[in-house]
Amino acid sequence: MATMTDPPSEGFRISQLIYDTRYRSITIQVVAFILIMAGLVWLVDNTIHNLSVLGKDFNFGFLGQRSGYDINQRLVEYSNNSTHGRAALVGILNTLLVAVLGCITATVLGVIAGVLRLSNNWVISKLMTVYVEGFRNIPLLLWIIVIFAVMTEGTPQPRDFREGGTASMIAFESVAVSNRGIYIPNIVFTRSLGGNETAEVDGATQVVPAAAPVDWFLVLALIVGGVFVARFIERKATATQEATGVRPPGTFWKKLGVIVLPTLILFVILGATLDVPRIGGFNFTGGIQLRNSLIALWFALSLYTGAFIAEIVRGGILAVSKGQTEAAFALGLRPSRTMNLVILPQAMRVIIPPLISQYLNLTKNSSLAIAVGYMDVRSTLGGITINQTGRELEGMLLLGLFYLVTSLVISGALNLYNNSVKLKER
Amino acid sequence: MKRSVFLGTLAAAGLVAGVASAQTLADVQARGELNCGTSTGLAGFSFPDANGEWQGFDVAICRAVAAAVLGDATAVSFTPLTTQTRFTALASGEVDVLARNTTWTFSRDVDLQFEFTGVNYYDGQGFMASRELGVSSALELDGATVCIQTGTTTELNLADYFASNNMSYEPVPIETNAEAQQQYLAGACDVYTTDASGLAATRATFEDPSAHVVLPEIISKEPLGPLVRHGDSQWGDVVRWTLNAMIAAEELGITSANVTDMASAAGDNPEINRLLGTEGELGAMLGLENDWAVNVISQVGNYGEVFERFIGESTPIGLARGLNAQWTDGGLLYSPPFR
Amino acid sequence: MSETHAHSAAYVRREMLPQEAPPALETGAVKWLRENLFSSWLNGILTVVSLAFIWLVLSSILPWVVQGIWNAESLSECREIRDQLYGEGHEVACWAVLGDRWRQLLFGFYPPEHYWRVVLALVVFLAAIAPVLFESLPRKMLILTPLAPFIIFFLLWGGTIWGPLAVLLGFVIGWAIFTYGSPVVGNLGGTVLAILVPILYWLFIAGPIASGLGAILPIGLEFVASDEFGGFMLSFVIGIAGIVLSLPIGIFLALGRQSDLFIINKFSVIFIEVIRGVPLIVWLFTASLLLNYFLPPGTNFDLMLRVIIMVTLFSSAYIAEVIRGGLAALPRGQYEGADSLGLDYWQSMRLIILPQALKISIPGIVSTFIGLFKDTTLVVFIGLLDPIGFSNAIRASTEWNGIYWELFIFIGLCFFVCCFGMSRYSQYLERKLRTDHR
Repeated sequence: MATMTDPPSEGFRISQLIYDTRYRSITIQVVAFILIMAGLVWLVDNTIHNLSVLGKDFNFGFLGQRSGYDINQRLVEYSNNSTHGRAALVGILNTLLVAVLGCITATVLGVIAGVLRLSNNWVISKLMTVYVEGFRNIPLLLWIIVIFAVMTEGTPQPRDFREGGTASMIAFESVAVSNRGIYIPNIVFTRSLGGNETAEVDGATQVVPAAAPVDWFLVLALIVGGVFVARFIERKATATQEATGVRPPGTFWKKLGVIVLPTLILFVILGATLDVPRIGGFNFTGGIQLRNSLIALWFALSLYTGAFIAEIVRGGILAVSKGQTEAAFALGLRPSRTMNLVILPQAMRVIIPPLISQYLNLTKNSSLAIAVGYMDVRSTLGGITINQTGRELEGMLLLGLFYLVTSLVISGALNLYNNSVKLKER
Repeated sequence: MKRSVFLGTLAAAGLVAGVASAQTLADVQARGELNCGTSTGLAGFSFPDANGEWQGFDVAICRAVAAAVLGDATAVSFTPLTTQTRFTALASGEVDVLARNTTWTFSRDVDLQFEFTGVNYYDGQGFMASRELGVSSALELDGATVCIQTGTTTELNLADYFASNNMSYEPVPIETNAEAQQQYLAGACDVYTTDASGLAATRATFEDPSAHVVLPEIISKEPLGPLVRHGDSQWGDVVRWTLNAMIAAEELGITSANVTDMASAAGDNPEINRLLGTEGELGAMLGLENDWAVNVISQVGNYGEVFERFIGESTPIGLARGLNAQWTDGGLLYSPPFR
Repeated sequence: MSETHAHSAAYVRREMLPQEAPPALETGAVKWLRENLFSSWLNGILTVVSLAFIWLVLSSILPWVVQGIWNAESLSECREIRDQLYGEGHEVACWAVLGDRWRQLLFGFYPPEHYWRVVLALVVFLAAIAPVLFESLPRKMLILTPLAPFIIFFLLWGGTIWGPLAVLLGFVIGWAIFTYGSPVVGNLGGTVLAILVPILYWLFIAGPIASGLGAILPIGLEFVASDEFGGFMLSFVIGIAGIVLSLPIGIFLALGRQSDLFIINKFSVIFIEVIRGVPLIVWLFTASLLLNYFLPPGTNFDLMLRVIIMVTLFSSAYIAEVIRGGLAALPRGQYEGADSLGLDYWQSMRLIILPQALKISIPGIVSTFIGLFKDTTLVVFIGLLDPIGFSNAIRASTEWNGIYWELFIFIGLCFFVCCFGMSRYSQYLERKLRTDHR
């Protein structure tokens, strides 16, 4: 739209709004703005009218009402006497949990599969090709359903763990892999800061180990503090090395010590013990249950997204000029070190932008939790709550808003990271 | 497919007016087709057969209404609805009547503004457990893992039942019956809970039905029935009295086999005469033809026939009449008189 | 060389030794095995572990698949046959369900006597898309491409032929006004008229014309309502309609996002980000639960149309991003060259930029289509009977209640064949478009 227009010699004419390129863009924008606004007003007006015809109002009061349903996986306190808003919060946390877990494993899987697909081992590279093509070309929904079903069919029932049963626990009788999930030991405290209850067992009064949030908060605080101290030690060691040429001996152990030791001491003070899962009644009791629905969804999401990431990684590696590999070989680097030190760092620049969109996809795809009964935000707020209260407009609005904000935050954060990587380019 | 889809389908579907319009009957008659919402698949109640025809106990209600209004039980367009979409579809006018094993509750009737037009199946929520588990009562289920179908009253009942009996449980919410069945059989849950009819239907299809028991406790009342929108009493009456006609026909001994004979001339029983239109103007009062009930019974059958055809003891589902027997047989079916 | 040494050496071989075969370790299968499977200890272990894994998977699945039973009327009959053949407790597949219900999985409730229409529509679609995808085909085939949507619509839904024709006429009118009207009323006026007149025509004249002609000359096919669509056909219709309809919207959004005009740019960005930020399943629920709220009271059209609208909006955001990539990949000189020729914005876009940008965007558009096609399975959650929806409905019938894996395997295989073919094409195109020599 290069302009060679002479400045108008006379006063402003109406026709300039259309024929003068300086004003035309304003005209177009104003027209577009009016049209868009008119469209929005039309939609809102329709909605208001339709709501009044149906005798409904628009308010979020339902979030404060009693929910009345139970959720199996709760990261915060929740019971069927809690509110719908609380249920939505439980769902949000569950969504975020599976999304974070999925992103981590998908990245690991994707990088391994992408590298192995380029391996010169024929069986391995073909196996990886089958994996990548299989997962990329079959709908995720099918994979979720299939993996869920395979997990329930392929693992023993809890009742098989009873005396004389066919299954047994692994890792020193502390971990049980059953078709209701994987039960792992939990760390509990006999001198919990949140207070312990006592119970009568065989006539003797025993303290019931418990874990209050404050305990874990303290542990977390110590670890974070340890990390800070460790970084300080590291910086000091580097400074010494730069000044004297000798790195102070045992820096690594010092760093490890300041992180681990205080935590261990705190564990002893609090009287930490392991709460090992035991079979009793219908289910295992004690320990932490990683539910099958979570594991299946997590696996399916990671495997599916991992296949896409594998392709991205492969493309990134192939995008690094072959001369780089040849030069590295000429320097005498082994293939594995060539990959780690030469190829992957360069490939990262190509890999990261599409990787971000895969993370976003994974987060959005976690809404398929509905297929395995994992209680994510779509199943609680967008499912049962809407169903019980009939507030589909408000519920869907909140749900959409949640996903939108999450997506924007993830892409914003990762774009920041991407920019910081980019700066190091030549 | 460009705009032609829009315009073509708009022209074809004709931008149907529907929101709470007070003239559903006229709309249906003008359209020549009844829009009926059913389940996407529930054994015995609604399912497509090998020829792609919808069949089942709930489907029969739709067909009966179509027979009453249009004289043709096949003039029905079925819309499969999930538990999530069913009420919106009815409220927005997408379907004229919803016959999708829906429980009649206060809030649905009053708050969601629907009109339940009767009960076509008296159900209740029950539990099924493996015989191996050695459980004989639902009260022994403390700590059990329970498979439930989401989006129904089932999960609320379950929460209430366990809370009131001071027991704990672990819910495993499942989207479809097929998945729930698979989970239950694999032992991923100890018990499966849904409406007792659903339990019986599910159990009947197991390889070894005798290895599973349906526990005696029924923890809720689940009157399932067809429903329509608030604000159109005439249409509500049509659906209500179609259902009543089927129930009354069984009580009066009118079957699809003998209805043509009985309707050919007025008989001795005045109620039969009124029902079949050989006496009085009941059909006209509803805004229908006078032989509306004859069409229903000849094309679809009376309540008992439909029950036997889809879910009765001769079918693989094998449900006993139980509460759904005529009041004369100790059941709850009690049609108001046709006069 | 041998000449000079002949005198000093005690013995010199006069004739060459016959050529020996290479050592066994360096030849044929053994060499291949050594190089490709056991080049190092780690590789050897990996190979053995992978082979063991493959054996484990195949040995547990293959007998179940191969021994499967193909002739039965119901699951219980399947089980009886199995008990007779292999003894009780031996699990085998019951493929008979596919023989009984493949029609529904592929065509839904579409009337069987009209299956040819669906198949023909698919052929028309492939014929229309082929010249776009493969440059070696004669260019004359492109004539079919703009007509194909109307033909396919007519074939699938049926009804009178005059409906699609009347709609088509609107495009012809718009084109005629633009071509012949522009010299008279000016370029801008021509464009505005070319958009306005067809819209007015569609709103007020097309309907009566179609019904009038339909009454005079009733040519047409039997009408099939969209609620009879189902199975893979439904996935295809939603996927293809979504992509085809979203292309024009996507192009405008991409141009809008690149535009200097503040309001248009911001509107495009907001639209694209909002659509991409929310999962498709939420949009589908919006289509099924909420769209009626947003439309004028009394409006109501069928669920499939609503889903197509939503899917179109959804994929247009993704298409816009793909095309934006294509636009960004064009060298700056192309834009400057267009400007230097004195072309205005639309001319330079239409004649120079978009043809090139679209061409390099085709692989991206194909992968968007693959994604969308796979995502059509989500419609099962709003009650449309796609293949997965049908697998639930089939299980609800008394004959097949309890069947599980067979249906999923069939559906998975069908999806795999379609998507794998498309992704192969997209890879072929990428290779062809890549001009660097690596």
